[in-house]
Amino acid sequence: MTLSEPEATEFPVRLPGESFPPLQYADFREQPGLIRSTLPTGSPVWLVSRYEDVRTVLTDRRISSDPAREGFPNVARTGGVPTRDQIPGWFVGIDPPEHDRFRKALIPEFSVRRIRQWRPLIQETVDRCVDHLLSLGDSADLVSEFALPVPSLVISTMLGVPFVDREFFESRTKTLVNLKTTTEDERGVAVQELLRYIGRLIKVKQRRAGDDLISRLLESAVLSPEELTGVVMLLLIAGHETTANNIALGVVTLLSNPQWIGDDRAVDELLRYHSVADLVALRVAVEDVEIGGQVVRAGEGIIPLIAGANHDLNSFDRPDEFDPGRAARHHVAFGYGVHQCLGQNLVRAEMEIVYQTLFRRVPTLAVDADVTALPFKYDGTLFGLHELPVRW
Amino acid sequence: MKIHVDRSRCVGAGQCALTAPALFDQGDDDGLVEVLDAEPDGTQAAAAALAAQVCPSGTITLSR
Repeated sequence: MTLSEPEATEFPVRLPGESFPPLQYADFREQPGLIRSTLPTGSPVWLVSRYEDVRTVLTDRRISSDPAREGFPNVARTGGVPTRDQIPGWFVGIDPPEHDRFRKALIPEFSVRRIRQWRPLIQETVDRCVDHLLSLGDSADLVSEFALPVPSLVISTMLGVPFVDREFFESRTKTLVNLKTTTEDERGVAVQELLRYIGRLIKVKQRRAGDDLISRLLESAVLSPEELTGVVMLLLIAGHETTANNIALGVVTLLSNPQWIGDDRAVDELLRYHSVADLVALRVAVEDVEIGGQVVRAGEGIIPLIAGANHDLNSFDRPDEFDPGRAARHHVAFGYGVHQCLGQNLVRAEMEIVYQTLFRRVPTLAVDADVTALPFKYDGTLFGLHELPVRW
Repeated sequence: MKIHVDRSRCVGAGQCALTAPALFDQGDDDGLVEVLDAEPDGTQAAAAALAAQVCPSGTITLSR
């Protein structure tokens, strides 16, 4: 079997009313080898659905993350992963050893201990966002009024965005996410405005350093100001919609499983269970390589399905049940290998603090809709909710 | 049990420090793995095994 043979499996789509991850993934895991599929762009691609195979793909040095390489899969019909020529510093698309310079510059900013130091500030931000929510009366859209602002305000504080610019910053980051209400042109404008803003912010910090991430990275001088602009943009985008989706889906799941409210173990299980970044880790083979009994030729695209791995019966008992009591720390919701999410300790802290604070301060919080009919992001690269109507 | 780390492979995800804080930490300056106790036993040996399993970069290996 080769990748270009006809009759490939249709690219898995999430269907309204169907469970996520798609039921197909269980069938994929049962089949020998890998799954041949065709991307919405028309390009052929291998889908990887078993836990061990996904971890292999994400650690094999013969497999690249560089979107400029021939055969790299793009799940979006337009746009997709920027190359380093488009945005210098977009280091999720750079392979080692060049990648390591970017990653190493950022590691100290996201260590377990450093994120612990940020917790009081995250708490303060979450409290302000709950204040805002409560000021709206007795009902609201939790996504736009709470889940999106929290990560945007937290990262803007860490970056050292001045308080007066927070509204601009938050509105532009929100534009990037609202696929339903914004056009591609509007999102393109928002990206350019943010890149310009970040460039100006870097110039300000060059003149007058503060106690923030941008100032420290400028001081270390490992990255050029141009690279730093792209890195900051990446931090912003990578941590925004993903975190918001996790927050909103987590609220729905915890309200349906209230016995786990107040237990921080729920966080890693929510990350595993929802696997929002299912289609984010895109790869291409640089050499011929065997994965799960399948020979993948150089130049062929590979998509490790994160939700497939995280619901693999061979790695998780009763994988489709939400059970924070299980041992789930080995999930791959943040990916695996050298590109594993740098901000994962920040996400965990945000989710812990959000759930502790939200359910304590708004104990009557309830979903104000039929849970099965909620506007899930069936069509997006990331799984999540477009809106989440709640009342209290 | 003995813990070995290859710091040149470390990508600073901090999974070891999160999973087994009695055994691993991250360096103040570089955020890379530091071993606090290289010869764990009992429940700490189980924590070390989990830390090695969740390490995304194969930095941690264990021997008897």
